[in-house]
Amino acid sequence: MANLKNVTKKTKAQAMGMHTEILTGRTQQKFFNPDEAENFFYYGAYDVDFNKRTDLDVKDMTAPQANKEIDNLMSQGYGTIVIKNPQGKHSLGVGILNKLNLIFEGSLGYFGIGSCDGPIVRINGRVGWSCAENLMAGKVVIEKNAGSCFGAAIRGGDLICKGSVGARTGIDMKGGTIIIGGDAGAFTGFMMQRGRIIILGDVGINLGDSMYDGTIFVGGEIGSYGSDAVDADLTKSDQDWLRRKLKVAEIGENFDVSKMKKIVAGKKLWNYDNLEPTEKKGAI
Amino acid sequence: MCGIAGLIHRGKSSNVGSELQGMLQALKHRGEDSTGYALYGDTDGKNFIMRFKVGENVGEGSSSVVEDVSVYDERKKIVDQTLSELGAKIVKEERTLPYSLRYELDYDRKDLLEFSQRIESIPGVEILSMGKSLEVIKDLGNAKAVCDRYSLDKLVGTHAIGHARMATESGVDIKSAHPFWGYPFSDVSVVHNGQLTNYWNNRRALENKGMRFMSECDSELIAVYIAQKMREGASLQEGMKDSLTGLDGVFTYFVATKDSLGMAKDTMAAKPLVLYESDDLVAMGSEEIAIRSVLPQEIDTYDPFDGEVKVWQI
Repeated sequence: MANLKNVTKKTKAQAMGMHTEILTGRTQQKFFNPDEAENFFYYGAYDVDFNKRTDLDVKDMTAPQANKEIDNLMSQGYGTIVIKNPQGKHSLGVGILNKLNLIFEGSLGYFGIGSCDGPIVRINGRVGWSCAENLMAGKVVIEKNAGSCFGAAIRGGDLICKGSVGARTGIDMKGGTIIIGGDAGAFTGFMMQRGRIIILGDVGINLGDSMYDGTIFVGGEIGSYGSDAVDADLTKSDQDWLRRKLKVAEIGENFDVSKMKKIVAGKKLWNYDNLEPTEKKGAI
Repeated sequence: MCGIAGLIHRGKSSNVGSELQGMLQALKHRGEDSTGYALYGDTDGKNFIMRFKVGENVGEGSSSVVEDVSVYDERKKIVDQTLSELGAKIVKEERTLPYSLRYELDYDRKDLLEFSQRIESIPGVEILSMGKSLEVIKDLGNAKAVCDRYSLDKLVGTHAIGHARMATESGVDIKSAHPFWGYPFSDVSVVHNGQLTNYWNNRRALENKGMRFMSECDSELIAVYIAQKMREGASLQEGMKDSLTGLDGVFTYFVATKDSLGMAKDTMAAKPLVLYESDDLVAMGSEEIAIRSVLPQEIDTYDPFDGEVKVWQI
């Protein structure tokens, strides 16, 4: 594979069309040339074997030390890594750009699983603020509760919290799916631009405030609607999708999705219709 | 940024000085300009404990004036004389640092307003706390530095709240450090993480009602605001609920009294708080790692929602 270290960034970016695309509206379909696939390489991504498993006790490690060790294990081909004693440390499991089974036996602090693209992460505990921020792809499952700004600015992947979450869940999200088994706090879906949020429980005030696009599904009570967030009809297609998502997420399998409320943006506020990087990758 | 932490043992006492030190030290990355403790120790409840300072020897970079130790001695003499005039007998006296003192007082009056006004009319003197159980200790540096300086690690009690401060809107000095005493109420203390945007309007209104402010730190407003509500007859919880609309800005704060500890979170939930509750212990902090310092095992915690107020009894 090519190494980005040896490529002039400006030339590479321009060659990928990232500075020359023309904003022409929602129907635009401009994909990368499939021939470029061989050049699409993540620096720091590894080929790993899911059957190669190891444990890592991070009790006496700092977050950078723990992340460096995870990186080291992936470079050796370990595809399943079990993290012991995370003990609420911040910024664990960040910047993972390849497929990986990552299991945390305990809780994380702030900014866990940030800027990841591809791993499947299970956290047998809770997470603090800003979990999985900027997630591009993959799946993150939290067995307990989560703090505020859960899934901030995610662009893809599935983010599942089986407990309740704090305020501003899915703030600025641009894709992907967030599923909450319990309740969610104020300003859920604040300024979301794409993607879907599913909340089985109640949600706080100002739901979907200033949302540009995307969809929010709520099973319980809504504290209040945010500016420009409005109800929409829950279609059969929506219900089928919800059932499938909840089943795959192993959460609320028997939940009556037909009674859920669907919330969308009341006005068209966006003008940003280029494809997201994850969509571009999918098109290759 | 600032970090706050608190814990309350139900039905028993523990080494709250050491426990809170661990919690605040875990939050030191949120600010170590100053650290403060409000500790509710086991006492016989007969005497008042007055923690006060007669100046601030806080060094370079501070907004306070560095004074000579002899000045502190002079002020202490005036305090002693004033206490005598007020009918307060000094039962025990400790001078931890040249500017920081702890008195146990035999004083039978319940209204502390006149008492506090007289003591604080002495230039350079500030009562940090007054109560039958409460002791507020605050100084510059991180949690361990302050704990070591004042030998707090052996203090046994039922509950405590504390604050690790990153100074933003007022000086790096002791008078701006948290916790704030709920002047003039015995055993009331407050710590706060956030920013209050209607500080000056509220301050002017409260000063017109006879309340006093010792600093220009917006957080002090919470202590004074709730104290005023309690003066008007509200319960602690009622005062805290009222603050959700009366105070504008972003905040998470704790209030402690002789037998309770409460938390309040603003309606935008803009400031963090993680809670752990069990039958015999409630622990809370700006980050989970604070709670982990006293409960390293896997536990269930959660974030309170926007506009929540909770109060726990010992």
